Amino acid sequence: MEQLAITIHENYLWGAPLWAVNLIVMFGASAVVLMLFVAPFAGITSFVERRIAARIQDRIGPNRVGPQGILQFLADGIKSLMKEDLIPTDADKPLFILAPYLVFLGMFTTFVAIPFSSKLIVSDLNVGLLFIFATSAITAVGLVMAGWGSGSKWSMLGGMRAAAQIISYEIPTGLAALCVILLAGSLSLQTIIAGQGAYPWQWYLFNNPFNPLAFFILLASLVAEGNRAPFDLPEAESELVSGYNTEYSGMRFLFIFFAEWANLYIIGALVTVLFLGGWQIPVGVSEWAGGVASWFPQVLQFLTFFLKVLVFVFLIIQLRWTLPRVRMDQLMEICWKYLVPVAFVCVMGVALWMIIWPEGLPWMTYLLTAVAGLIVAYYCYRVIWQLRNTKATLEFNPFV
Amino acid sequence: MTPQLGQYFPLLIIMLMALVFSGLFIFLAFAFGPKNPDPNKLDVYECGVPATGDARHRFSVKFFIVAMIFLLFDVEVVFLFPWAILLKSFKSQGMGWEIFWPMAVFLGMLAVGLFYEWKRGALDWEK
Repeated sequence: MEQLAITIHENYLWGAPLWAVNLIVMFGASAVVLMLFVAPFAGITSFVERRIAARIQDRIGPNRVGPQGILQFLADGIKSLMKEDLIPTDADKPLFILAPYLVFLGMFTTFVAIPFSSKLIVSDLNVGLLFIFATSAITAVGLVMAGWGSGSKWSMLGGMRAAAQIISYEIPTGLAALCVILLAGSLSLQTIIAGQGAYPWQWYLFNNPFNPLAFFILLASLVAEGNRAPFDLPEAESELVSGYNTEYSGMRFLFIFFAEWANLYIIGALVTVLFLGGWQIPVGVSEWAGGVASWFPQVLQFLTFFLKVLVFVFLIIQLRWTLPRVRMDQLMEICWKYLVPVAFVCVMGVALWMIIWPEGLPWMTYLLTAVAGLIVAYYCYRVIWQLRNTKATLEFNPFV
Repeated sequence: MTPQLGQYFPLLIIMLMALVFSGLFIFLAFAFGPKNPDPNKLDVYECGVPATGDARHRFSVKFFIVAMIFLLFDVEVVFLFPWAILLKSFKSQGMGWEIFWPMAVFLGMLAVGLFYEWKRGALDWEK
Protein backbone atom coordinates (compact mmCIF):
# COMPACT_ATOMS: atom_id res chain seq x y z
CA MET A 1 0.00 0.00 0.00
CA GLU A 2 2.80 2.38 1.01
CA GLN A 3 4.68 1.44 -2.14
CA LEU A 4 1.64 2.07 -4.32
CA ALA A 5 1.22 5.52 -2.79
CA ILE A 6 4.86 6.37 -3.44
CA THR A 7 4.58 5.15 -7.03
CA ILE A 8 1.47 7.21 -7.67
CA HIS A 9 3.06 10.20 -6.00
CA GLU A 10 6.24 10.02 -8.09
CA ASN A 11 4.64 9.26 -11.42
CA TYR A 12 1.32 11.03 -11.50
CA LEU A 13 0.76 13.59 -8.74
CA TRP A 14 4.04 15.46 -8.20
CA GLY A 15 2.22 18.52 -6.92
CA ALA A 16 0.39 16.85 -4.05
CA PRO A 17 2.19 16.22 -0.76
CA LEU A 18 3.11 12.59 -0.08
CA TRP A 19 0.96 12.21 3.05
CA ALA A 20 -2.13 13.30 1.12
CA VAL A 21 -1.48 10.75 -1.63
CA ASN A 22 -0.84 8.15 1.04
CA LEU A 23 -4.17 8.87 2.71
CA ILE A 24 -6.03 8.90 -0.59
CA VAL A 25 -4.66 5.49 -1.54
CA MET A 26 -5.22 4.05 1.95
CA PHE A 27 -8.79 5.20 2.33
CA GLY A 28 -9.66 4.60 -1.29
CA ALA A 29 -8.65 0.99 -0.64
CA SER A 30 -10.65 0.85 2.58
CA ALA A 31 -13.68 2.24 0.75
CA VAL A 32 -13.38 -0.60 -1.76
CA VAL A 33 -13.06 -3.14 1.08
CA LEU A 34 -16.11 -1.64 2.81
CA MET A 35 -18.07 -1.84 -0.42
CA LEU A 36 -17.04 -5.48 -0.83
CA PHE A 37 -18.37 -6.11 2.68
CA VAL A 38 -21.53 -3.99 2.56
CA ALA A 39 -22.81 -4.98 -0.88
CA PRO A 40 -22.86 -8.78 -0.33
CA PHE A 41 -24.16 -8.25 3.21
CA ALA A 42 -27.10 -6.18 1.99
CA GLY A 43 -27.74 -8.62 -0.87
CA ILE A 44 -27.62 -11.76 1.23
CA THR A 45 -29.73 -10.10 3.92
CA SER A 46 -32.39 -9.35 1.31
CA PHE A 47 -32.36 -13.01 0.30
CA VAL A 48 -32.42 -14.22 3.92
CA GLU A 49 -35.28 -11.86 4.70
CA ARG A 50 -37.31 -13.24 1.80
CA ARG A 51 -36.68 -16.79 2.92
CA ILE A 52 -37.60 -16.04 6.54
CA ALA A 53 -40.70 -14.17 5.40
CA ALA A 54 -41.67 -17.16 3.30
CA ARG A 55 -41.09 -19.51 6.23
CA ILE A 56 -43.23 -17.37 8.52
CA GLN A 57 -46.01 -17.09 5.92
CA ASP A 58 -45.94 -20.79 5.04
CA ARG A 59 -44.46 -20.28 1.56
CA ILE A 60 -41.20 -21.48 0.02
CA GLY A 61 -39.52 -18.26 -1.10
CA PRO A 62 -36.74 -17.83 -3.67
CA ASN A 63 -34.89 -21.15 -4.04
CA ARG A 64 -33.94 -21.41 -7.73
CA VAL A 65 -30.78 -19.34 -8.30
CA GLY A 66 -27.77 -21.11 -6.83
CA PRO A 67 -27.85 -23.51 -3.87
CA GLN A 68 -31.08 -22.84 -1.95
CA GLY A 69 -31.43 -19.62 -3.96
CA ILE A 70 -28.57 -17.81 -2.25
CA LEU A 71 -27.48 -16.14 -5.50
CA GLN A 72 -30.91 -14.55 -5.91
CA PHE A 73 -29.50 -11.12 -4.99
CA LEU A 74 -26.99 -11.27 -7.85
CA ALA A 75 -29.77 -12.15 -10.27
CA ASP A 76 -31.84 -9.25 -8.93
CA GLY A 77 -28.88 -6.90 -9.28
CA ILE A 78 -28.20 -7.90 -12.88
CA LYS A 79 -31.89 -7.66 -13.68
CA SER A 80 -32.20 -4.12 -12.37
CA LEU A 81 -29.00 -3.24 -14.23
CA MET A 82 -30.73 -4.17 -17.51
CA LYS A 83 -33.89 -2.18 -16.76
CA GLU A 84 -34.81 1.10 -18.40
CA ASP A 85 -33.89 4.16 -16.35
CA LEU A 86 -37.14 6.10 -16.18
CA ILE A 87 -37.52 9.71 -15.06
CA PRO A 88 -41.19 10.78 -14.98
CA THR A 89 -42.11 13.95 -16.89
CA ASP A 90 -43.63 15.49 -13.75
CA ALA A 91 -40.47 14.85 -11.72
CA ASP A 92 -38.25 17.61 -10.39
CA LYS A 93 -35.23 16.27 -12.27
CA PRO A 94 -32.27 17.42 -10.14
CA LEU A 95 -33.94 16.27 -6.91
CA PHE A 96 -35.12 13.01 -8.44
CA ILE A 97 -31.64 12.17 -9.72
CA LEU A 98 -29.79 13.29 -6.59
CA ALA A 99 -31.96 11.43 -4.05
CA PRO A 100 -30.61 7.86 -4.44
CA TYR A 101 -27.03 9.20 -4.25
CA LEU A 102 -27.80 10.92 -0.96
CA VAL A 103 -29.53 7.87 0.48
CA PHE A 104 -26.54 5.70 -0.42
CA LEU A 105 -24.04 8.33 0.75
CA GLY A 106 -25.69 8.61 4.16
CA MET A 107 -25.65 4.85 4.64
CA PHE A 108 -22.13 4.25 3.35
CA THR A 109 -20.42 7.09 5.25
CA THR A 110 -21.85 5.77 8.51
CA PHE A 111 -19.65 2.70 8.13
CA VAL A 112 -16.55 4.89 8.57
CA ALA A 113 -17.06 5.18 12.32
CA ILE A 114 -18.35 1.64 12.96
CA PRO A 115 -15.71 -0.71 14.37
CA PHE A 116 -15.41 -4.31 13.21
CA SER A 117 -12.73 -5.34 15.72
CA SER A 118 -10.24 -3.59 18.01
CA LYS A 119 -8.03 -2.61 15.06
CA LEU A 120 -10.40 -2.97 12.13
CA ILE A 121 -12.03 0.44 11.78
CA VAL A 122 -11.73 2.98 8.99
CA SER A 123 -11.39 5.94 11.34
CA ASP A 124 -12.04 6.03 15.07
CA LEU A 125 -13.57 9.51 15.25
CA ASN A 126 -13.65 11.17 18.66
CA VAL A 127 -17.23 12.29 17.92
CA GLY A 128 -18.16 8.92 16.43
CA LEU A 129 -21.67 8.67 17.79
CA LEU A 130 -22.63 12.21 16.79
CA PHE A 131 -21.14 11.52 13.38
CA ILE A 132 -23.31 8.43 12.96
CA PHE A 133 -26.46 10.34 13.90
CA ALA A 134 -25.47 13.12 11.50
CA THR A 135 -24.85 10.85 8.52
CA SER A 136 -28.02 8.86 9.05
CA ALA A 137 -29.83 12.20 8.82
CA ILE A 138 -28.44 12.59 5.27
CA THR A 139 -30.48 9.51 4.38
CA ALA A 140 -33.62 11.26 5.65
CA VAL A 141 -32.88 14.25 3.41
CA GLY A 142 -32.51 11.86 0.47
CA LEU A 143 -35.85 10.22 1.21
CA VAL A 144 -37.67 13.57 1.43
CA MET A 145 -36.04 14.63 -1.84
CA ALA A 146 -37.15 11.40 -3.47
CA GLY A 147 -40.70 11.96 -2.24
CA TRP A 148 -40.90 15.57 -3.31
CA GLY A 149 -38.96 15.18 -6.54
CA SER A 150 -40.98 12.31 -7.97
CA GLY A 151 -44.05 14.42 -8.61
CA SER A 152 -46.34 11.57 -7.66
CA LYS A 153 -48.93 11.79 -4.92
CA TRP A 154 -47.87 8.49 -3.38
CA SER A 155 -44.25 9.57 -3.27
CA MET A 156 -45.17 12.93 -1.81
CA LEU A 157 -47.14 11.35 1.03
CA GLY A 158 -44.37 8.84 1.65
CA GLY A 159 -41.70 11.54 1.72
CA MET A 160 -43.66 13.69 4.17
CA ARG A 161 -44.27 10.72 6.43
CA ALA A 162 -40.59 9.77 6.25
CA ALA A 163 -39.60 13.28 7.29
CA ALA A 164 -42.01 13.42 10.23
CA GLN A 165 -41.13 9.92 11.39
CA ILE A 166 -37.37 10.15 11.13
CA ILE A 167 -37.05 13.52 12.86
CA SER A 168 -39.43 12.46 15.64
CA TYR A 169 -37.55 9.26 16.39
CA GLU A 170 -34.20 11.05 16.35
CA ILE A 171 -34.99 12.43 19.84
CA PRO A 172 -35.44 9.09 21.68
CA THR A 173 -32.43 7.69 19.78
CA GLY A 174 -30.21 10.49 21.04
CA LEU A 175 -31.55 10.32 24.59
CA ALA A 176 -31.16 6.55 24.82
CA ALA A 177 -27.60 6.81 23.51
CA LEU A 178 -26.90 9.42 26.21
CA CYS A 179 -27.47 6.76 28.87
CA VAL A 180 -24.37 4.98 27.56
CA ILE A 181 -22.37 8.15 26.93
CA LEU A 182 -22.84 9.06 30.59
CA LEU A 183 -21.29 5.74 31.62
CA ALA A 184 -18.49 5.77 29.03
CA GLY A 185 -17.68 9.48 29.17
CA SER A 186 -16.82 9.50 25.46
CA LEU A 187 -18.41 9.59 22.02
CA SER A 188 -15.77 7.43 20.35
CA LEU A 189 -17.17 3.99 19.63
CA GLN A 190 -13.89 2.22 20.44
CA THR A 191 -13.72 3.92 23.85
CA ILE A 192 -17.32 2.93 24.56
CA ILE A 193 -16.52 -0.70 23.74
CA ALA A 194 -13.30 -0.56 25.79
CA GLY A 195 -15.38 0.43 28.83
CA GLN A 196 -17.25 -2.88 28.66
CA GLY A 197 -16.18 -6.50 28.99
CA ALA A 198 -16.70 -9.80 27.24
CA TYR A 199 -19.22 -11.27 29.67
CA PRO A 200 -22.87 -10.14 29.80
CA TRP A 201 -22.60 -8.76 33.35
CA GLN A 202 -19.81 -6.46 32.15
CA TRP A 203 -21.98 -4.92 29.42
CA TYR A 204 -23.52 -1.48 29.77
CA LEU A 205 -26.89 -3.12 29.21
CA PHE A 206 -26.94 -4.53 32.75
CA ASN A 207 -25.05 -1.73 34.49
CA ASN A 208 -28.15 -0.27 36.11
CA PRO A 209 -31.93 -0.80 35.91
CA PHE A 210 -32.39 2.16 33.54
CA ASN A 211 -30.14 0.83 30.80
CA PRO A 212 -32.32 -2.14 29.72
CA LEU A 213 -35.12 0.39 29.25
CA ALA A 214 -32.82 2.67 27.23
CA PHE A 215 -31.76 -0.35 25.18
CA PHE A 216 -35.37 -1.08 24.29
CA ILE A 217 -36.01 2.58 23.40
CA LEU A 218 -32.87 2.71 21.23
CA LEU A 219 -33.76 -0.48 19.37
CA ALA A 220 -37.35 0.62 18.75
CA SER A 221 -36.44 4.09 17.55
CA LEU A 222 -33.59 2.82 15.34
CA VAL A 223 -36.03 0.41 13.70
CA ALA A 224 -38.39 3.34 13.18
CA GLU A 225 -35.60 5.50 11.75
CA GLY A 226 -34.68 2.74 9.32
CA ASN A 227 -38.31 2.70 8.08
CA ARG A 228 -38.70 -0.93 9.02
CA ALA A 229 -41.97 -2.57 9.97
CA PRO A 230 -43.89 -2.20 12.26
CA PHE A 231 -42.94 1.46 11.63
CA ASP A 232 -42.72 1.33 7.82
CA LEU A 233 -45.34 4.05 7.29
CA PRO A 234 -43.34 5.93 4.59
CA GLU A 235 -43.38 2.94 2.25
CA ALA A 236 -46.56 1.25 3.46
CA GLU A 237 -47.26 -1.02 0.49
CA SER A 238 -50.94 -1.52 1.21
CA GLU A 239 -51.80 2.17 1.39
CA LEU A 240 -49.11 4.16 -0.45
CA VAL A 241 -48.16 1.72 -3.28
CA SER A 242 -44.48 1.98 -2.36
CA GLY A 243 -44.17 5.44 -0.81
CA TYR A 244 -41.21 7.60 -1.74
CA ASN A 245 -39.75 5.08 -4.19
CA THR A 246 -42.92 4.57 -6.26
CA GLU A 247 -41.50 6.32 -9.33
CA TYR A 248 -38.01 4.84 -9.18
CA SER A 249 -36.90 2.06 -11.48
CA GLY A 250 -33.84 -0.04 -12.16
CA MET A 251 -30.58 0.88 -10.47
CA ARG A 252 -31.89 3.95 -8.64
CA PHE A 253 -34.60 1.83 -7.02
CA LEU A 254 -31.99 -0.75 -6.13
CA PHE A 255 -29.80 1.81 -4.36
CA ILE A 256 -32.63 2.97 -2.12
CA PHE A 257 -33.28 -0.63 -1.08
CA PHE A 258 -29.57 -1.39 -0.83
CA ALA A 259 -29.34 1.39 1.75
CA GLU A 260 -32.32 0.00 3.64
CA TRP A 261 -30.80 -3.46 4.02
CA ALA A 262 -27.32 -2.21 4.77
CA ASN A 263 -28.99 -0.06 7.42
CA LEU A 264 -29.96 -3.27 9.21
CA TYR A 265 -26.27 -3.88 9.83
CA ILE A 266 -25.86 -0.33 11.16
CA ILE A 267 -28.78 -0.78 13.56
CA GLY A 268 -27.36 -4.05 14.86
CA ALA A 269 -23.84 -2.63 15.10
CA LEU A 270 -24.95 0.48 17.03
CA VAL A 271 -26.93 -1.55 19.54
CA THR A 272 -24.04 -3.99 19.92
CA VAL A 273 -21.47 -1.24 20.43
CA LEU A 274 -23.52 0.75 22.92
CA PHE A 275 -25.04 -1.97 25.06
CA LEU A 276 -23.67 -5.43 24.23
CA GLY A 277 -19.92 -5.04 24.59
CA GLY A 278 -19.07 -4.77 20.88
CA TRP A 279 -16.16 -6.99 19.85
CA GLN A 280 -14.99 -7.81 23.39
CA ILE A 281 -13.78 -11.40 23.85
CA PRO A 282 -12.56 -12.91 27.15
CA VAL A 283 -8.96 -12.02 27.98
CA GLY A 284 -7.96 -15.70 28.22
CA VAL A 285 -9.28 -16.44 24.74
CA SER A 286 -7.59 -13.33 23.38
CA GLU A 287 -4.22 -14.35 24.85
CA TRP A 288 -4.55 -17.89 23.55
CA ALA A 289 -5.44 -16.62 20.08
CA GLY A 290 -2.59 -14.13 20.18
CA GLY A 291 -0.24 -17.07 20.75
CA VAL A 292 -1.52 -18.77 17.58
CA ALA A 293 -1.11 -15.79 15.27
CA SER A 294 -1.13 -12.03 15.69
CA TRP A 295 -4.19 -11.60 13.44
CA PHE A 296 -6.19 -14.38 15.08
CA PRO A 297 -7.64 -12.30 17.99
CA GLN A 298 -8.86 -9.77 15.45
CA VAL A 299 -10.71 -12.49 13.54
CA LEU A 300 -12.34 -13.75 16.74
CA GLN A 301 -13.33 -10.21 17.69
CA PHE A 302 -14.80 -9.64 14.25
CA LEU A 303 -16.78 -12.89 14.45
CA THR A 304 -18.08 -12.04 17.94
CA PHE A 305 -19.22 -8.64 16.75
CA PHE A 306 -20.73 -10.03 13.57
CA LEU A 307 -22.64 -12.72 15.45
CA LYS A 308 -24.18 -10.17 17.83
CA VAL A 309 -25.16 -8.00 14.86
CA LEU A 310 -26.73 -10.98 13.07
CA VAL A 311 -28.89 -11.72 16.11
CA PHE A 312 -30.37 -8.24 15.81
CA VAL A 313 -30.73 -8.43 12.04
CA PHE A 314 -32.73 -11.62 12.51
CA LEU A 315 -34.79 -10.07 15.29
CA ILE A 316 -35.68 -7.05 13.14
CA ILE A 317 -36.61 -9.28 10.20
CA GLN A 318 -38.78 -11.38 12.48
CA LEU A 319 -40.44 -8.22 13.85
CA ARG A 320 -41.26 -7.12 10.33
CA TRP A 321 -43.09 -10.32 9.49
CA THR A 322 -44.76 -10.75 12.87
CA LEU A 323 -46.18 -7.39 13.89
CA PRO A 324 -48.90 -5.42 12.05
CA ARG A 325 -48.12 -1.88 10.95
CA VAL A 326 -48.99 0.92 13.37
CA ARG A 327 -51.14 3.90 12.31
CA MET A 328 -49.64 7.36 11.76
CA ASP A 329 -51.22 8.82 14.91
CA GLN A 330 -50.11 5.79 16.92
CA LEU A 331 -46.59 6.18 15.54
CA MET A 332 -46.37 9.78 16.74
CA GLU A 333 -47.97 8.91 20.06
CA ILE A 334 -45.49 6.10 20.72
CA CYS A 335 -42.63 8.49 20.08
CA TRP A 336 -43.69 11.68 21.86
CA LYS A 337 -45.89 10.35 24.66
CA TYR A 338 -44.01 7.20 25.60
CA LEU A 339 -40.45 6.95 24.29
CA VAL A 340 -39.37 10.58 24.83
CA PRO A 341 -40.59 10.98 28.45
CA VAL A 342 -39.29 7.54 29.42
CA ALA A 343 -35.95 8.28 27.77
CA PHE A 344 -35.70 11.52 29.79
CA VAL A 345 -36.30 9.59 32.99
CA CYS A 346 -33.64 7.09 31.90
CA VAL A 347 -31.01 9.78 31.31
CA MET A 348 -31.60 11.42 34.69
CA GLY A 349 -31.82 8.00 36.34
CA VAL A 350 -28.45 6.91 34.97
CA ALA A 351 -26.90 10.22 36.03
CA LEU A 352 -28.24 9.81 39.57
CA TRP A 353 -27.13 6.19 39.66
CA MET A 354 -23.61 7.21 38.64
CA ILE A 355 -23.41 9.86 41.33
CA ILE A 356 -24.78 7.64 44.10
CA TRP A 357 -23.11 4.35 43.11
CA PRO A 358 -20.16 5.24 40.84
CA GLU A 359 -18.85 1.67 40.99
CA GLY A 360 -22.27 0.13 40.28
CA LEU A 361 -24.15 -2.40 42.38
CA PRO A 362 -22.97 -5.97 41.66
CA TRP A 363 -26.13 -7.69 42.90
CA MET A 364 -28.28 -5.47 40.67
CA THR A 365 -26.11 -6.26 37.66
CA TYR A 366 -26.32 -10.01 38.30
CA LEU A 367 -30.07 -9.81 38.87
CA LEU A 368 -30.63 -7.96 35.59
CA THR A 369 -28.38 -10.40 33.74
CA ALA A 370 -30.31 -13.35 35.14
CA VAL A 371 -33.68 -11.82 34.19
CA ALA A 372 -32.44 -11.07 30.67
CA GLY A 373 -31.09 -14.61 30.41
CA LEU A 374 -34.50 -16.00 31.33
CA ILE A 375 -36.22 -13.80 28.73
CA VAL A 376 -33.80 -14.91 26.01
CA ALA A 377 -34.20 -18.56 27.01
CA TYR A 378 -38.00 -18.26 26.87
CA TYR A 379 -37.79 -16.57 23.45
CA CYS A 380 -35.58 -19.36 22.07
CA TYR A 381 -37.91 -21.97 23.54
CA ARG A 382 -40.93 -20.36 21.86
CA VAL A 383 -39.17 -20.10 18.49
CA ILE A 384 -38.10 -23.74 18.60
CA TRP A 385 -41.60 -24.79 19.72
CA GLN A 386 -43.10 -22.85 16.83
CA LEU A 387 -40.67 -24.36 14.32
CA ARG A 388 -41.48 -27.90 15.52
CA ASN A 389 -45.20 -27.29 15.45
CA THR A 390 -45.31 -25.94 11.91
CA LYS A 391 -42.97 -28.52 10.41
CA ALA A 392 -45.71 -31.02 9.59
CA THR A 393 -47.75 -28.61 7.49
CA LEU A 394 -44.71 -27.60 5.46
CA GLU A 395 -44.20 -31.06 3.98
CA PHE A 396 -45.09 -31.07 0.34
CA ASN A 397 -48.09 -33.19 -0.46
CA PRO A 398 -48.92 -33.53 -4.18
CA PHE A 399 -52.38 -35.02 -3.53
CA VAL A 400 -53.87 -32.07 -1.65
CA MET B 1 -0.22 16.81 9.17
CA THR B 2 -2.44 17.92 12.01
CA PRO B 3 -4.31 15.22 13.96
CA GLN B 4 -7.68 16.80 13.16
CA LEU B 5 -7.04 16.54 9.47
CA GLY B 6 -5.87 12.96 9.88
CA GLN B 7 -9.14 12.02 11.52
CA TYR B 8 -11.53 13.77 9.16
CA PHE B 9 -9.72 13.61 5.82
CA PRO B 10 -10.85 9.96 5.35
CA LEU B 11 -14.47 11.11 5.49
CA LEU B 12 -13.98 13.23 2.42
CA ILE B 13 -12.43 10.34 0.51
CA ILE B 14 -15.06 7.83 1.64
CA MET B 15 -17.85 10.23 0.66
CA LEU B 16 -16.26 10.71 -2.77
CA MET B 17 -15.89 6.95 -3.15
CA ALA B 18 -19.57 6.45 -2.21
CA LEU B 19 -20.55 8.88 -4.95
CA VAL B 20 -18.21 7.13 -7.38
CA PHE B 21 -19.70 3.70 -6.61
CA SER B 22 -23.31 4.78 -6.93
CA GLY B 23 -22.53 6.93 -9.97
CA LEU B 24 -20.74 4.04 -11.65
CA PHE B 25 -23.61 1.61 -11.19
CA ILE B 26 -26.28 4.09 -12.20
CA PHE B 27 -24.22 4.93 -15.30
CA LEU B 28 -23.91 1.20 -16.09
CA ALA B 29 -27.67 0.84 -15.81
CA PHE B 30 -28.02 3.83 -18.12
CA ALA B 31 -25.58 2.24 -20.57
CA PHE B 32 -27.06 -1.29 -20.57
CA GLY B 33 -30.74 -0.58 -20.17
CA PRO B 34 -33.15 -0.12 -23.08
CA LYS B 35 -34.16 3.43 -23.97
CA ASN B 36 -37.57 3.72 -25.50
CA PRO B 37 -39.50 6.38 -23.59
CA ASP B 38 -43.19 6.76 -24.12
CA PRO B 39 -45.51 9.51 -22.80
CA ASN B 40 -47.64 6.94 -21.01
CA LYS B 41 -44.62 5.23 -19.51
CA LEU B 42 -43.17 8.49 -18.26
CA ASP B 43 -46.45 9.56 -16.68
CA VAL B 44 -46.53 9.38 -12.88
CA TYR B 45 -48.20 6.34 -11.38
CA GLU B 46 -51.74 6.85 -10.15
CA CYS B 47 -53.16 3.34 -10.06
CA GLY B 48 -53.44 3.13 -13.83
CA VAL B 49 -55.77 6.04 -14.49
CA PRO B 50 -54.43 9.31 -16.01
CA ALA B 51 -52.89 11.48 -13.32
CA THR B 52 -54.98 14.45 -12.22
CA GLY B 53 -53.68 17.73 -10.84
CA ASP B 54 -50.30 18.52 -9.33
CA ALA B 55 -48.85 16.21 -6.73
CA ARG B 56 -47.14 19.05 -4.85
CA HIS B 57 -50.23 20.45 -3.24
CA ARG B 58 -50.50 21.82 0.29
CA PHE B 59 -50.08 19.31 3.05
CA SER B 60 -51.26 19.12 6.62
CA VAL B 61 -49.97 21.62 9.16
CA LYS B 62 -49.36 18.72 11.56
CA PHE B 63 -46.07 18.04 9.82
CA PHE B 64 -44.90 21.59 10.55
CA ILE B 65 -45.83 21.23 14.22
CA VAL B 66 -43.81 18.02 14.45
CA ALA B 67 -40.86 19.78 12.81
CA MET B 68 -41.06 22.66 15.32
CA ILE B 69 -41.22 20.37 18.35
CA PHE B 70 -38.33 18.38 16.89
CA LEU B 71 -36.19 21.54 16.58
CA LEU B 72 -36.73 22.40 20.23
CA PHE B 73 -35.93 18.95 21.53
CA ASP B 74 -33.03 18.33 19.19
CA VAL B 75 -31.26 21.51 20.29
CA GLU B 76 -31.72 20.37 23.86
CA VAL B 77 -30.35 16.88 23.15
CA VAL B 78 -27.31 18.58 21.63
CA PHE B 79 -26.92 20.49 24.93
CA LEU B 80 -27.05 17.20 26.79
CA PHE B 81 -24.17 15.62 24.86
CA PRO B 82 -21.26 17.66 26.35
CA TRP B 83 -22.85 17.41 29.79
CA ALA B 84 -23.07 13.62 29.49
CA ILE B 85 -19.43 13.33 28.45
CA LEU B 86 -18.24 15.48 31.34
CA LEU B 87 -20.31 13.91 34.12
CA LYS B 88 -17.90 11.02 34.68
CA SER B 89 -14.83 13.20 35.11
CA PHE B 90 -16.74 15.65 37.35
CA LYS B 91 -17.83 12.75 39.53
CA SER B 92 -14.27 11.45 39.84
CA GLN B 93 -13.26 14.88 41.17
CA GLY B 94 -16.08 14.75 43.71
CA MET B 95 -18.30 17.33 41.99
CA GLY B 96 -21.11 15.00 40.94
CA TRP B 97 -23.98 17.01 42.43
CA GLU B 98 -22.59 20.31 41.13
CA ILE B 99 -22.96 19.08 37.53
CA PHE B 100 -26.19 17.19 38.17
CA TRP B 101 -28.40 20.00 39.51
CA PRO B 102 -28.06 22.56 36.68
CA MET B 103 -29.03 19.91 34.13
CA ALA B 104 -31.87 18.70 36.37
CA VAL B 105 -33.27 22.25 36.47
CA PHE B 106 -32.86 22.61 32.69
CA LEU B 107 -34.56 19.29 32.02
CA GLY B 108 -37.28 20.15 34.53
CA MET B 109 -38.11 23.26 32.53
CA LEU B 110 -38.19 21.19 29.35
CA ALA B 111 -40.44 18.65 31.03
CA VAL B 112 -42.83 21.49 31.87
CA GLY B 113 -42.70 22.51 28.19
CA LEU B 114 -43.42 18.98 27.04
CA PHE B 115 -46.30 18.76 29.52
CA TYR B 116 -47.70 22.05 28.18
CA GLU B 117 -47.49 20.82 24.57
CA TRP B 118 -49.14 17.61 25.59
CA LYS B 119 -52.04 19.37 27.31
CA ARG B 120 -52.45 21.83 24.42
CA GLY B 121 -52.81 18.86 22.09
CA ALA B 122 -49.73 19.55 19.96
CA LEU B 123 -48.71 15.91 20.35
CA ASP B 124 -52.08 14.55 19.23
CA TRP B 125 -52.03 13.61 15.56
CA GLU B 126 -55.81 13.22 15.35
CA LYS B 127 -57.91 15.84 17.09
